[in-house]
Amino acid sequence: MAKKMHDTPNLDELEKGPWPSFVTGLKELAKEKDYMVDLLGQLETSYKTKKGYWKGGTVGVYGYGGGVIPRFTELKDENGEPIYKDAAEFHTLRIMPPPGMHYDTDTLRKFCDIWDKYGSGLIAFHGQSGDIMFQGATTENVQHAFDEFNEMGFDLGGAGPAVRTSMSCVGAARCEQSCYDEAKAHRAVLNTFLDDIHRPSLPYKFKFKFSGCPNDCMNSIQRSDMSVIGTWRDNMRTDDALGKKWFAKHGMNELVNDVVARCPTKAIQIKDIGAVRKDAHISAVALNDTQALEVDNKDCVRCMHCINVMTGALSPGNDKGATVLVGGKSHLKIGGLMGTVILPFIKLDTDEGVEKLVDFAQRTIDFFAENALEHERTGEMIERIGLANFLDAMEIDVDPAMVNSPRMNPYVRTDGWDDEVAKINAKKQAA
Amino acid sequence: MNQAVQTAAPAQKRKPKETGVPDNKQYLHPVLAKNYGNWKYHDRPRPGVLHHVSYGGDEVWSVRAGTQRQMDIYTIRKLCDIADQYAESRVRFTIRSNIEFMVTDEKKVAPLIAELEKNGFPVGGTGNSISMIAHTQGWLHCDIPGTDASGVVKALMDELYDEFKREEMPNRVHLSTSCCEINCGGQADLAIIVQHTKPPVINHDLVANVCERPTVVARCPVAAIRPAMVNGKPSLEIDESKCMCCGACYPPCPPMQINDPENSKLAIWVGGKNSNARGKPTFMKMVASGLPNNAPRWPEVAEVVKNILMVYKADARPWERLADWIDRIGWPRFFEKTGLPFTKYLIDDWSGSRANLNASAHIRF
Repeated sequence: MAKKMHDTPNLDELEKGPWPSFVTGLKELAKEKDYMVDLLGQLETSYKTKKGYWKGGTVGVYGYGGGVIPRFTELKDENGEPIYKDAAEFHTLRIMPPPGMHYDTDTLRKFCDIWDKYGSGLIAFHGQSGDIMFQGATTENVQHAFDEFNEMGFDLGGAGPAVRTSMSCVGAARCEQSCYDEAKAHRAVLNTFLDDIHRPSLPYKFKFKFSGCPNDCMNSIQRSDMSVIGTWRDNMRTDDALGKKWFAKHGMNELVNDVVARCPTKAIQIKDIGAVRKDAHISAVALNDTQALEVDNKDCVRCMHCINVMTGALSPGNDKGATVLVGGKSHLKIGGLMGTVILPFIKLDTDEGVEKLVDFAQRTIDFFAENALEHERTGEMIERIGLANFLDAMEIDVDPAMVNSPRMNPYVRTDGWDDEVAKINAKKQAA
Repeated sequence: MNQAVQTAAPAQKRKPKETGVPDNKQYLHPVLAKNYGNWKYHDRPRPGVLHHVSYGGDEVWSVRAGTQRQMDIYTIRKLCDIADQYAESRVRFTIRSNIEFMVTDEKKVAPLIAELEKNGFPVGGTGNSISMIAHTQGWLHCDIPGTDASGVVKALMDELYDEFKREEMPNRVHLSTSCCEINCGGQADLAIIVQHTKPPVINHDLVANVCERPTVVARCPVAAIRPAMVNGKPSLEIDESKCMCCGACYPPCPPMQINDPENSKLAIWVGGKNSNARGKPTFMKMVASGLPNNAPRWPEVAEVVKNILMVYKADARPWERLADWIDRIGWPRFFEKTGLPFTKYLIDDWSGSRANLNASAHIRF
């Protein structure tokens, strides 16, 4: 039995209502742990004063420089003593999840047992970078808890100016829209950078995220420095039986309003079956015995909308791979940036393909490490030096798929123009 | 090694095994492992349930339920009990902290849903629902929070509970909350983010000992911070006419307190979209600010959020995400329909802002 609970009138309000309550969970833990009684005391104080009371510090595990988020209380009495002594240290261990965040219950129960023994018993599935966050341990217990998680086959994630923990979508494990083996790419890339994950020494954080298709369920384009988004080069696949089934259920109005009209590049037309073009870049799916949906794959930008609406009737092609974008980040300090296309298409269906991705990641991080200013993200660095210079350093040919449009102002020195044209022509001839 | 020798030896520090990201194959539900990369299509038989069919003809039903994300071990063990009973001891989590149970027998779906709901886990969050709010750490664990995260989310999800369990929105709705302007919650159809309104209050006694001053100066996006001697001590000062109260100086220099119980407000942003579906991905835009940080249930925020979402629900066409809907109706009608005031603070003046001005005669009257 733990000590007497503090009054928590504010937090008590968060036990009301139908959604699962984290406060109820904290109170359950507090029945056994003085640690959580005092954690509730400090949190209730924050609710009263509207102030946070944690400060960072230096806590880690032997052999690593990051992965633990230290928290020491700043809520102290006039003598400088913590008001909630039992929760004066409340550190978090960031543990990297398996790709797709799949678990068996044996693993989850072991997590619970370890965290009951050494920590608060509070676990978040998952943090915004994908970590399993074991929230709340004393400095002394951090090492013990890590040792046991590590023996289970789990490793610490990133924190500070390091390669950070990554996430990948459910992908090939359960999604028909998956365009590459997300888990394989995720592990191949991340496990190449274990030193940069565990020993923070980059100019600033670097995040990878892996989404299996352009629906980008991992939000990779706006929250990773390198975003790997599945796509395909050949024609969309079609299934007439599922096309007819969809049309029978949804009808012409939905087809026109929700599918044809919503195609961003007007690549879709409704045709009589006999009028469907026979060109190599045309896909067609039957709607009934007389009509078909015709997709001009040369005009299609692989946005996923029609595939999302008519799942199975339309699906990604066979020549799958990924588009790699670089430079996504949030607001600080030049404003939010989306990743921009650096590799328009890369095949990832072989070990060699995945190795090429790993090599590109390695060279990007090497360049970032040497050229970014302190606290500058990759996107900011590219903005500062210009995309052309970054591509030059990466030895990647320019491609109009990298831009929305060619430049809109004349302020550029072009005396190398003829040389560039000659290089492009030479490459074309050699190909 | 026997016990006596172990005790006598000097304490050996255990070296970490740098195993990195674990292989997920060992954790996959058997039918997911069997059909890896071989799925054909899916449909949604009811809210909260996804039904996937493989090329080989295997079927799997995934039942999705909401959680509080910050879970106590008793809750996790309860979820494990349910997985052991119904779902071959396998689960997975979504990016929005929903949990999914996979079953290969359709007959198990209804009893599994009943068991989850009996234990307080709402089943939903699929398709055109309002899914669980992506959130951050807040007062519970962050070192720089302007507000709480889990509490805001709990209060809001109570209000949006029915929409989580239904699929009645025009398209999926993703929400996020962030406890400071760093916006760890990320882009979303609708986001709630702290917006500070006053410059930091500096404790000049502490700056010299706590802060690396050049780093702090460099961190300011508008070059409003400069080194200064204050009361005979090396410190920092702020040009308050330049400062836009972002709080970027606070993490590297805690004596520059940006959080203020009254003047740190909450802002609402709309129209963020990560998916490439239809239009390109979009960043969200600020549409309301000045809302009070009114713990423990933030009723003023809930009112604005619900109003925007219900106007969207009533007015948007099928498949329009919030950004798509506003693209069609235009910003003037967004403000008209939601009744939100369009103030001068909503006109962008940050780098690249000219792209956000209307350089055309396109106006909807």
